[in-house]
Amino acid sequence: MEYEAVIGLEVHAQLATESKIFSSSSTKFGSPPNSQVNPVCLGMPGVLPVFNERVLEYAIKAGLATNCEIAGKSRFARKNYFYPDLPKGYQISQYDEPLCLRGHLEIDSGDGKKKIRITRIHLEEDAGKLVHEYSDFESHVDLNRAGVPLVEIVSEPDISTAEEAVEYVKKLRTILKYIEVCDGNMEEGSLRCDANVSVRPVGQSELGTKTEIKNLNSFRFIQRAIEYETKRQEAVLRGGGKVVQETRLFDSQKGVTFAMRSKEEAHDYRYFPDPDLLPVVVEEDCLEKIRLSLPELPEEKLSRFADEFNIPKNDAETLSSSRPLAEYFEECAKHAKDSKAASNWILNEMLREVEDEDSIAEFPVKPEDLAELLNLIGEGKINRKTAKEIFSEMISGGKRAGEIVTEKGLTQITDEDEISSIIEKIIEENQKEVERYRNGDTKLLGFFVGQVMKATKGKADPAVVNQMLRKSLEER
Amino acid sequence: MKISKEDVLNTAELARLEFDDETLSKFTRQLGDILVHIDELAELDTKDVEPTSHVLELSTPFRKDEVNQLITTEDALSNAPGKENDFFTVPKVIEDQD
Repeated sequence: MEYEAVIGLEVHAQLATESKIFSSSSTKFGSPPNSQVNPVCLGMPGVLPVFNERVLEYAIKAGLATNCEIAGKSRFARKNYFYPDLPKGYQISQYDEPLCLRGHLEIDSGDGKKKIRITRIHLEEDAGKLVHEYSDFESHVDLNRAGVPLVEIVSEPDISTAEEAVEYVKKLRTILKYIEVCDGNMEEGSLRCDANVSVRPVGQSELGTKTEIKNLNSFRFIQRAIEYETKRQEAVLRGGGKVVQETRLFDSQKGVTFAMRSKEEAHDYRYFPDPDLLPVVVEEDCLEKIRLSLPELPEEKLSRFADEFNIPKNDAETLSSSRPLAEYFEECAKHAKDSKAASNWILNEMLREVEDEDSIAEFPVKPEDLAELLNLIGEGKINRKTAKEIFSEMISGGKRAGEIVTEKGLTQITDEDEISSIIEKIIEENQKEVERYRNGDTKLLGFFVGQVMKATKGKADPAVVNQMLRKSLEER
Repeated sequence: MKISKEDVLNTAELARLEFDDETLSKFTRQLGDILVHIDELAELDTKDVEPTSHVLELSTPFRKDEVNQLITTEDALSNAPGKENDFFTVPKVIEDQD
């Protein structure tokens, strides 16, 4: 019997605000323990939470960018449980009245585009951090993260493979970074994911029993954990066993998932509307303002790039995959006479010089300066090889292409008379090779080209040299 | 009885509360009375009435996204029963492998 996996994801994304969702403490990552805590995030008696307006704006943006409906009225609820990372004894979340509903994303799957539906996006506060390594008897609690704003993005179980799951999270991350509501840093936990996984025989319509794998914080872990869990459940079913509904964790060292031991009763969170917080009302004009402030999204950019700049779809896709890269390209293409050349240079020469997409904005060669370099190639003033040298110099020295060319006398020799006299000289000096060439050893052409390029310090246009050499060698 | 002693004990367990048998009986009776009253309310037809979670017809006020650190780490930890190196400390909790 063949089995198939059914996967739904819950992605937690930290909203990139300065202060927390209900208190004015900073959300900065990596500060000394308990230095970013206020009475509200500590759960002190008698304090009241006050909602951060930017959290709402960012969450609405996330909803709009993922094709969700935004609820005119949503509500905060208390999710009650005891754990030392949760000082109040409840997490403020949204339950039956979330902010965003019924969205979707399109991903590339093995066989074309696939629509993954998004059930809901709701707001919640993060919990604190527990450190277990400092002592054998105690856990250490840092509440800097308690109260940091999160959105939880819940997908429908529309995902069928580990690859699709990774594609979906990548897509989501790109969008959230694009609209600048989440920095997408998975190592720091700004984006993490729980996977609900079940398997069933192909053709069966009802779902199998699912397990939930918690806290996957890299694309690789998402992939490996889901692959492992799918195989594990399949083996259980094939052996005539039953999958137990439970929460599991992924051990990245061993590459396996394992059941979380939990002394808790079966989870009973006793959600109820938070009496400290009033309903969140989103007026139509406010929604419209946010809608208008959204930047062009990756998919729209992709098709516009392909049309407007006449570049292949694949290149347009890479260029639009990150906002800094897309902006760099567009600025460069605006100044470059040949936008295809700009695309090629950025994809082939520039990307290997940058560490990650976020460093593109600080790349030492500004897009208009790269355009200047490319225009010099286009006009035949320099050849590609020289251009590459100039490019490295622009990166290290911060000078502009034109300056470097003038300073070093790097202008390409296109004057045919000049090249012709150099060729004559080289033919004279290398009679033996000329003889061999004329006797059929035409591979020697490369040798002659090399000699000419050496004599011109690489400044001659290789295409012109090739053509003229062949002519001179063959006509005598 | 609208509610069993087991239900009350379970709820108490979730809320980390402990009490003696006499109190348990009292709470079971009182909670049962509350539920009977709720049942009476439930007889009303509320099909077209939006649930009330707030008696005030207000929506949430907002705060600007500005950082304002009101207390020091020392203040934060001052009432803690356990602390070490700027951390709160609690008896070890850890989820590990079976």
